[in-house]
Amino acid sequence: MPHTERAYDHVTVHSARDLPEALAWKSDHPDSRVLAGGTDLMVEMELGRVPGHVLDIWSVDEIRGIRERPDGLWIGALTTHRSLVESLLAESWAPSLIEACRTVGAVQIQNRGTLGGNIANASPAGDTLPVLMALDAEVEVASADRGIRRIPMAYLFSGYRTLNIEPDELIVGVVLPEPHSEDRTYYRKVGTRLAQAISKVVMGARIRTRDGLVTEARVAFGSVGPTPVRCVAVEEALVGRPVDPQAARLVAESIQPIDDIRSTATYRTRVATNILEGWLIDLVSTPEEES
Amino acid sequence: MKIEFELNGERREENVPGMTRLLDLLREDMGATGAKEGCGEGECGACTVLIENKPVCSCLVPAVQVAGKQVRTVEGLETSDGLHAIQQAFVEHGAAQCGICTPGFLMMAASLCESEEPVEAETVREALAGNLCRCTGYQKIVEAVVEVVVDATH
Repeated sequence: MPHTERAYDHVTVHSARDLPEALAWKSDHPDSRVLAGGTDLMVEMELGRVPGHVLDIWSVDEIRGIRERPDGLWIGALTTHRSLVESLLAESWAPSLIEACRTVGAVQIQNRGTLGGNIANASPAGDTLPVLMALDAEVEVASADRGIRRIPMAYLFSGYRTLNIEPDELIVGVVLPEPHSEDRTYYRKVGTRLAQAISKVVMGARIRTRDGLVTEARVAFGSVGPTPVRCVAVEEALVGRPVDPQAARLVAESIQPIDDIRSTATYRTRVATNILEGWLIDLVSTPEEES
Repeated sequence: MKIEFELNGERREENVPGMTRLLDLLREDMGATGAKEGCGEGECGACTVLIENKPVCSCLVPAVQVAGKQVRTVEGLETSDGLHAIQQAFVEHGAAQCGICTPGFLMMAASLCESEEPVEAETVREALAGNLCRCTGYQKIVEAVVEVVVDATH
């Protein structure tokens, strides 16, 4: 059958076979876009933003998979949301992350979308990002010249859809610290419907208590500002006391929601406050020995 | 770029320029027009095909990435023995109205039939959440899928 010329024919695509090759190519083409499962890049292209050069890393198997390591649970950047949903190992380490992966798109998207891609796309609405922040995850990035370094999630986002990583670097994995027996974690997404919805508000949280007092707290939100954000004021208010649902009132100080097609700033602030307060009330009514 | 892959069990070699979408390769270059383009952005599931038996939106897959893989489309569901059980159930339940979403639903349901885990009636709706029917004929679609998939996986 004759081939009709199409809009994406002229994009130069380099499909890397292994990590050294991918890193070398990225180093030589720092302006190229990285292609993993394509669930964000292909949509961007449909909106008219067609890149000149694409580095296809889908076949780089070294950065796919879920493994226990001495420093934590390593999740390769190319691990799909679906692989995480189906992994008992990941479920035992980070049930809140698995819950988040389950709410990404629907099965067709979960089969292609990757954890590394969700991070690299740096959408303020990325479903896994607040959870990764709450779990104190670190992101592994690699370059041909400087090897691997790790960036805590809390320092990863420098602005709207931008990351603190260099143009020659690729995200290769995520490391989750070992779960603590006194931690309780939570994930909540508020969208228009359960599947295929972009979040109006998304929250990841983790609270550690000992002898009835909070010793560590993490509260992070997405879709309420230019980047996913941790609510440090809330976290500080929670620590050193019994769990206090009133701390949720400080959420508004830490977020900068806007009005857009999905929701309004007023709604987002109210809902962000309510879902945190609701979880804190649940924690008070189910003390840790019973949970 | 020249790629080789398997389409519905048959080995094929195709020329794939740049970021050609799998959906366009199938429909325009290979004449396999079963997969439909609805939204073009992974929301509606009308273009669902199976790569290595996993359902994906072919509008979001760059064709270069199916090199060496097995791709199945609705054209491959029927065998010499007749319609696939899920196609037969769609006929019997009247689970098609305008028909645009049908190939996507069929492929999603066919992948469920091959699930290693038993699929329960209650979870079928969630499994089908990535396929939209603008005629809103969901009830008959769900009934057809439940009838076949629950049996096939138990």
